[in-house]
Order: sequence, then C-alpha cells, then structure tokens
Amino acid sequence: MIALAPGPIDPAALLADFTRAAGGAGAIVSFSGLVRTEGGVTELWLDHHERLTLAAVETLAATARERFTLIDVAIVHRVGPVAAGEPILFVAAAAAHRRAAFEAVDFAMDQLKTAVPLWKCERRGPDQTWVEARAQDHADAGRWGANG
Amino acid sequence: MRLRFFGRLRDAIGGELLVDVPPEVSDSEQLRLWLGRRHPALLDPSIKIALDDRILVAPQRIAGAREIAFLPPVSGG
Repeated sequence: MIALAPGPIDPAALLADFTRAAGGAGAIVSFSGLVRTEGGVTELWLDHHERLTLAAVETLAATARERFTLIDVAIVHRVGPVAAGEPILFVAAAAAHRRAAFEAVDFAMDQLKTAVPLWKCERRGPDQTWVEARAQDHADAGRWGANG
Repeated sequence: MRLRFFGRLRDAIGGELLVDVPPEVSDSEQLRLWLGRRHPALLDPSIKIALDDRILVAPQRIAGAREIAFLPPVSGG
C-alpha cells in the first residue's frame, strides 16, 4: 500500500493487513514514526504537492522493491495536520530474509527525510517553524549511494 | 500562469499566485529571478522548480506550462 493519508493512520492495522498479504515472505520489518512531544510541539503540519509527492513515494517504493528484492513494500505518510503523539508514517518491507527487509525500511526512511517533496512545520500553540532535513539526515541518505 | 509555493515559501509568498509573465521571461530560471525581485525568498539556490509535475534539473522554457511549483528543501519522515 502506497498512500498519502489526510487523516489518522493505525500502524497496527496496517501491519496486520500487510502481513496477511505478504505471501511467501520470511521476514517483515515495519517502522512507525510518531510526532515527538518534546520541545512544546503541539502539532505538525505536513505540506505536500498532491501529484509530485505521491509520485515520489511511488518511485521510492519501486526503487526499494527492486534494490532489496522485496516481496512487498508499504509506505503510508500523513499529510496535513498531525497532533503530537500521533503516528506520522508507516513503512513496511517483506522479503525472503531479514537483512533485506531491515535495509529496505532504513533506505526508505532516509529517502523520505531527504528526497520526497514533504515539508514539515512544527506548531507550538500560535507559533510555527518550518523544518529542513538535518545534516545527519543527508549523511544517512548518502550511505546508499548517489542515486539513492 | 499558475505558480505554487510549498513549505516555508507558502508562508513567505502564499500558496498560489496567478501571474501574467512578461514575454522576456521565457525560462524557469528567468522566472525565478523575475519573481525574486518581489519575493527574495525565491533567490535561494536550494529551491527547486517543478514544471507541470516534473522537477527540473536545468532551466526550461515555460511557454505553455499549466503549473510551476517552487520547492524548498524537504523534510518528510
């Protein structure tokens, strides 16, 4: 499942569906990202472009599927307002063996942070701050080579 | 021409502008410089431009474009 979700997502339910559908997999790795509550953040707002962003996520999923020989891959990313403590994304990879599944999820996360058109705005009450990927995020993404 | 702005550019400029582009502004880089006179946030070289849903890697002619989007550095995940 590849989707941009304008409303709340349920990672446990997504994982259950993904597991049911991933016939023949020997390993499933999933990642759920939550909006941190530190620093007084009350809400994140995720800006996106309805076509460019979805196309970039679909391309990322296809790249991961091929690169890590996945049986299946899921990426569901929230867009719009996400309250502190809520899930912001779900990524899962199903493969024959564990290392490919772990690496595929790690790869997808690095790409989501640095290469997919999504813009995160932290809201603290009436104040808001646009976030940009950190140097560490770019260093992490660079581990996978220039072509991502 | 429909121009769209994302992330911090949305706060600086607005989500969307409909503009009449003068004839001497013929490619995406000229458009950036022309708009940048009024909206200097666009002059930041880290901002990418997407023309009709394709992110450009080099300046491209804008005649006939339906939508031009200005994309600051991203921060998903």
